[in-house]
Amino acid sequence: MTGEGAAGPARSVRATAADLSAALDEGRTTSVEVTRAHLDRIAEVDGDVHAFLHVDAEGALIAAAESDERRAAGRTWSALDGIPIAVKDVMATRGLPTTCGSHILEGWVPPYDATVVARLRGAGLPILGKTNMDEFAMGSSTEHSAFGPTHNPWDLTRIPGGSGGGSAAAVAAYEAPLAIGTDTGGSIRQPGAVTGTVGVKPTYGGVSRYGLVALANSLDQAGPVTRTVLDAALLHEVIGGHDPLDSTSIEQQLPALVDAARRGADGDLTGVRIGVVRELGGEGYQTGVLARFEESVELMTKAGAEVVEVSCPHFVHALATYYLILPAEASSNLARFDAMRYGLRVTPGGDPSAEDVMRATREAGFGDEVKRRIILGTYALSSGYYDAYYGQAQKVRTLVTRDFEAAFEQADVLVSPTAPTTAFKIGEKVDDPLAMYLNDLATIPANLSGVPGISIPSGLADEDGLPAGVQILAPAMADDRVYRVGAAMEALLVQEWGGRLLDEAPELTSRGGSPLASSGTEWES
Amino acid sequence: MPESPEHTITREEVAHLADLARIDLTDTELDHLAPQLSVILESIASIQGVAGDDVPPTSHALPLTNVFRDDVERPCLTAEEALSGAPEVEQQRFKVPHILGDEQ
Repeated sequence: MTGEGAAGPARSVRATAADLSAALDEGRTTSVEVTRAHLDRIAEVDGDVHAFLHVDAEGALIAAAESDERRAAGRTWSALDGIPIAVKDVMATRGLPTTCGSHILEGWVPPYDATVVARLRGAGLPILGKTNMDEFAMGSSTEHSAFGPTHNPWDLTRIPGGSGGGSAAAVAAYEAPLAIGTDTGGSIRQPGAVTGTVGVKPTYGGVSRYGLVALANSLDQAGPVTRTVLDAALLHEVIGGHDPLDSTSIEQQLPALVDAARRGADGDLTGVRIGVVRELGGEGYQTGVLARFEESVELMTKAGAEVVEVSCPHFVHALATYYLILPAEASSNLARFDAMRYGLRVTPGGDPSAEDVMRATREAGFGDEVKRRIILGTYALSSGYYDAYYGQAQKVRTLVTRDFEAAFEQADVLVSPTAPTTAFKIGEKVDDPLAMYLNDLATIPANLSGVPGISIPSGLADEDGLPAGVQILAPAMADDRVYRVGAAMEALLVQEWGGRLLDEAPELTSRGGSPLASSGTEWES
Repeated sequence: MPESPEHTITREEVAHLADLARIDLTDTELDHLAPQLSVILESIASIQGVAGDDVPPTSHALPLTNVFRDDVERPCLTAEEALSGAPEVEQQRFKVPHILGDEQ
């Protein structure tokens, strides 16, 4: 929102969070105006997009009014005070339903906030609502949500990625300037790539997991979903840092992320060593995705970077490793949904025991993909198979990490396409789990080793005109590098395009459908 | 323990695993899941033999150290809040179906 009358509510949905923050500081708009504009936008387009499972209009407007009062008194809480945000429905939100996209948690209202959510509230960000996701974050398309799929704003017949397709679509459709996602195998970065938005998976332990409903606790990491790299850095600084409530939280100060993003925006990469990962490309990657990636690498070279090819030979085993470790952890984590303390309870006839109730509830409450992974994980952990599968996967995980260590001796950051393809059609892969798993080919290694990564838009694939993404990975706790290089790439690409990639997205127009008519959307007021 | 596991899962095995995981799968689901899981297993079995015995396992991405906190009182959920999502409550407790059978 630079220049001409950009502070008006109708335009404010297209503004970046950084620009909104400046507009608020200069008194050109108010948090109530900005929040209302986004609620209006949600009402207008979410019937088609279905990014939200719950919208809390009343709560968001109250928080916005309080922010405006603070600002008037000169006592804002953070750089993002008053900027509304959407939160993936896997984060516990006090007083707001949290379903994880599952029938088993339908109607559950947590009595506490996740640390990430508490930090958002403490920084003054009004929460617009909760975003759609694959059930318990298991999927790459958001089709596994029990409440119906989210649609990609670039083409409503296509998937927005997953599991955090709701958060990415909300940001891409200008329903929210910022969102929270979680990334276990690519669930922030892959939706970012296929919706033309920015997504960051922080270093494992860099953002608290307290109150994040666990899928695979050794892999899960919450992070920012935004339209620009600077916005991601601003949000990351709000949610990140040590949390005593999470025993895996790193007790170190975050690097200066916003500074790194601002510094990178000059587009100068002189002296930066960039490693192109040989194993993350080639066969299985769409031609247009590879073409945009190669152009991005050329741009980095022109900007002064030293580009080298690196080899990470064990990355070819990362997908198999992940699909043993993840189901094993998930089968254990999801044992907590036992119909005893919260969530759905299905009571079969007769005089059922607690175990009968558990079996009936889990059968009725879990969807196909969740059952698949629980059974697979139970298998991988069962005696007789443990060493051959789970034990072996843990060893290969060590080898993947050693590959990263060797690669980071040759390069400051590693780059690859984020996802092998652009957004596919809704329904295309939903009955072919293996084909679905391949979407996370390039993003999974970072989760296995805990390193941070960002996905930024790299352009549109020639064959289908849909967005592709480039991924930048850095060593653990060097998240500042992904922001510096990401911001530089973004600046160079925006200069090439003469604007942001999202400006190319088709205009979503209300088809007169009420958001109430879409499956699963609840309006709080 | 089998030396080299077959990379297939039979319908009976799926039924047994579902029993262990406390999920009442339907017959249709059992028919559907066994071949699907076999395809997945076939694919992920490729990691066997990738790492030798000398490679240590990794359970967590970053090294973990035990974490302690001071044993002091701090605010927590009230009983009402803790019970707020319970399917059934009685006398400020979670009410659950019977756990033991008649003969136990």
